[in-house]
Amino acid sequence: MIKFKLNGRDVSLDVPEDTPLLWAIRDDLGLTGTKFGCGVGQCGACTVHVGGRATRSCVTPVSAIEGADVTTIEGLDPEGRHPLQDAWQEIQVPQCGYCQSGQIMQAASLLRDYPDPTDEDIDGVMGGSLCRCMTYIRIRKAIKEAAAAMKSARTEGDSSNG
Amino acid sequence: MGKLERIAAQQDRAAGRGLSRRGFVSAAVGSSFLFGFARESKAAQTYPLGAPLPPPEFEPNIWCSVAPDGTINVNIIRAEMGQHIGTALARIIADEMEADWDKVKITYVDTDPKWGLMITGGSWSVWMTWDVFRQAGAAARTILVEEGAKLLGIPASACHARNGKVTGGSYSISFGDIVAKAKPTRSFTADQMKSLPLKPASERRLIGKPVKSLDIPSKTNGTAIYGIDAKIDGMVYGRPKMPPTRYGSKVVSVDDSEAKKVPGYIRYITLDDPSETVPGWIVVLAKTYPAAIRATDLLKVEWAAGKTAKVSEKQIQDRGRELIAKSDVGTMIFNDKGVDEAFKGAHRVLEQEYTCASVMHYQLEPMNAIAQLKNGTWEVHCGNQWQTLFLPVIAKALGVPEANVKMVSYLLGGGFGRRLNGDYAVPAALASKAIGGKPVKLILTRSDDMQFDSIRSPSVQKVRVALDEKNTIVGFEHHATAGWPTEVMAGAFMEKGVDGKPYDQFAIAGADSWYDFGTMRVRAISNDLAKETFRPGWLRSVSAGWTPWAQECFIDELAHDLGKDPVAFRLALLNGEGPEGRNKGKAPDSNGGALRQAAVVKRLAEKAGWGTSLPKDTGLGMATTFGQERGMPTWTAGAVQVHVDRATGVVTCQKIWLVLDAGTIVDPDGALAQTEGGALWGLSMALCEGSEIEDGVCRDRNLDTYTPLRMPDVPEMDIEFVDSTEKPMGLGEPGVTTIGAAIGNAIFNAVGIRLRHMPVRPEDVLAALKAKGAA
Repeated sequence: MIKFKLNGRDVSLDVPEDTPLLWAIRDDLGLTGTKFGCGVGQCGACTVHVGGRATRSCVTPVSAIEGADVTTIEGLDPEGRHPLQDAWQEIQVPQCGYCQSGQIMQAASLLRDYPDPTDEDIDGVMGGSLCRCMTYIRIRKAIKEAAAAMKSARTEGDSSNG
Repeated sequence: MGKLERIAAQQDRAAGRGLSRRGFVSAAVGSSFLFGFARESKAAQTYPLGAPLPPPEFEPNIWCSVAPDGTINVNIIRAEMGQHIGTALARIIADEMEADWDKVKITYVDTDPKWGLMITGGSWSVWMTWDVFRQAGAAARTILVEEGAKLLGIPASACHARNGKVTGGSYSISFGDIVAKAKPTRSFTADQMKSLPLKPASERRLIGKPVKSLDIPSKTNGTAIYGIDAKIDGMVYGRPKMPPTRYGSKVVSVDDSEAKKVPGYIRYITLDDPSETVPGWIVVLAKTYPAAIRATDLLKVEWAAGKTAKVSEKQIQDRGRELIAKSDVGTMIFNDKGVDEAFKGAHRVLEQEYTCASVMHYQLEPMNAIAQLKNGTWEVHCGNQWQTLFLPVIAKALGVPEANVKMVSYLLGGGFGRRLNGDYAVPAALASKAIGGKPVKLILTRSDDMQFDSIRSPSVQKVRVALDEKNTIVGFEHHATAGWPTEVMAGAFMEKGVDGKPYDQFAIAGADSWYDFGTMRVRAISNDLAKETFRPGWLRSVSAGWTPWAQECFIDELAHDLGKDPVAFRLALLNGEGPEGRNKGKAPDSNGGALRQAAVVKRLAEKAGWGTSLPKDTGLGMATTFGQERGMPTWTAGAVQVHVDRATGVVTCQKIWLVLDAGTIVDPDGALAQTEGGALWGLSMALCEGSEIEDGVCRDRNLDTYTPLRMPDVPEMDIEFVDSTEKPMGLGEPGVTTIGAAIGNAIFNAVGIRLRHMPVRPEDVLAALKAKGAA
């Protein structure tokens, strides 16, 4: 029995230890926003957060996340209104949309490490996430817009506190 | 007979049924079949599955309905695969209806004969739906105005519809209230339908205006449901074990002693496929997908391999060269009187060969389908682009009438033409049949998906030009050979050449250009070895993604050879004339003809700063096309700026400019998004992709060796659409078409080398630089 937290809830699974986290999330826990793309950790469609870090769930066995906090696209924001999700809608980023859960989860991790990312930061972190529809220029634009929105929210927070 | 009617008739003939029974959209648009009965709708299939059924509605035709609460539903028979097609099509109907856009919802329908031809490809969707949906919207508006006028007690002639209301003088009533109170029943005859007035372009309120696509929000929060997300109670998982060749392999023995050790393994099934779609395939069933993956790996199968087990890409290309050298094979698309004389009497003849490697789809959602037998109907759940073609194949595989098969629609995690080929539905159906119709969810791993991808065939092209003593072009020949997808999968869909022979328009379109060459011969040749070895596929932009690689690079070479500016040289050829004036164009699709292509070239040259000097080893190159098809031209001009690193051979694309005239632009941001993605596909195929057939199958099996464009390689882009009220053409693919040739031409302008194989690889650049240095 493997226990961990999924989007803040305690879950336990009775599956073989080497079951990839991806399939546990999709088929055993029923959250299908996390996608199967390459199966070898190279496309990014399966990206979730484990302990806050972007992780390729297709190459992560469930045994490796015992006790960890796992967040999927469904849990990124309770209302689906993370600044990245807002920006993604505003800029109309998705085309087929299949990679976009992974893109958004990867971008959320990027903004945690680089709140004001340069193009090089974005290239470096997002270069591992394939978008076959090639929505890249909109992904870049939306990341910058979300970063700006988060920055102004922080600034407002600071001034109201201070 | 128009092209669409022809397509439908061909499919109907192939399926042994009459056009009228099939109710093809365009042909049947004025018939009583669609508009004879204004009726309350039955339960519409809504999306996602299991959503509550709507209340009784007014359904003036099969395409739209109005509920008593004012909600307007638009039925979409096209696949949603990233083009936001539901939004664009709903805008057409809603605009003509004068609907309140905030009340519009879309339903992606499942297969039903009443929908007619269900295909999503060729950049056709807006173009083929434009007239149908405007008439459907006009029918709804006419009825609503009449009924609204009665309720208001004002003559209909004094009322008008606007923003979901019918207004007469100072009174108005909403569409929803009209439906609730009047329960309209007006019907139209065919002639009345034809005479319904459509709004002039100046009265459009939604078409051409910014809109947020209806499919996007669910794609940002994990709630969008793709085929791979579908779930049916009691389903088991399947993975195919694939034979060593696409065709002709036979199972000799199977040993599942190791597979049995995988917890959850159920059994294997050697498929017996009367449709011959998946010969020699085995499906492994398990309780979970990870178990199916492992058990399939451990299943030991011996096959007697088909005869193509050792075929290489080089052999296929060499076969293409052999075929091109034979003058008596292939089909003539153009074969102008006097072309042979032009070459015989030529002062000079120039010719070149151009080749393109295999290209893989790598749509991000691997192929998958669920099949089950439910209440006597075989349900196949999957994303698909051509249900009308593959439903009969599934029926044949199962040995049941077509009426007993239904394909249930889902979002597509990428189409790009891969899901025009529905081969993946067959093993799911056969596996389910083997276990008594219980639901089987079959998923291909990425390696499975790529091994038998329905690739863009490698191609060989030869182009020749005849010049007179004044260096005027008097004759032109374009010969192209590749595996023909339409021949393999949809034979009845092929067109006829001027010599009466069938040909695959998707393996030559783009060569039949709007240039005035005096006389022209365009010949398409099916590469038989390609066809025997793999299942040639339609891939984004089909042949218009590779024929310009030959023609537009060659035109550029010719311009340089003759000391002419490549832009001015093209403009002179785009004169709107040609044999029998065929480049003048024809309303409504190609109204204005080649002169519209000349206009986008001129505009591109202005935008891209054609003729300005650039830093060392940096070059600007351009190309122009008419998008996907001569008969449905999206006039396109593209330019790229590249830098060539002489030390490494690496070509970097710094900027892309595109100018397109696609007629009326229905959804401006959707049009832009498609063109952005298309242009980057063009760039990716020119510099990053390209595969090879090796030992009879696709060499590349994942992203370790197959390397589509990623974020760091994305150039700046400047895309412009010509403001137009002409009939809308397509935009799903034209963005692809100019980029490859523009890259080739830009490399020449940067460092003076000509590369005639796509993709352009650093080693080819280095070799060409070395050869040039040595020369």
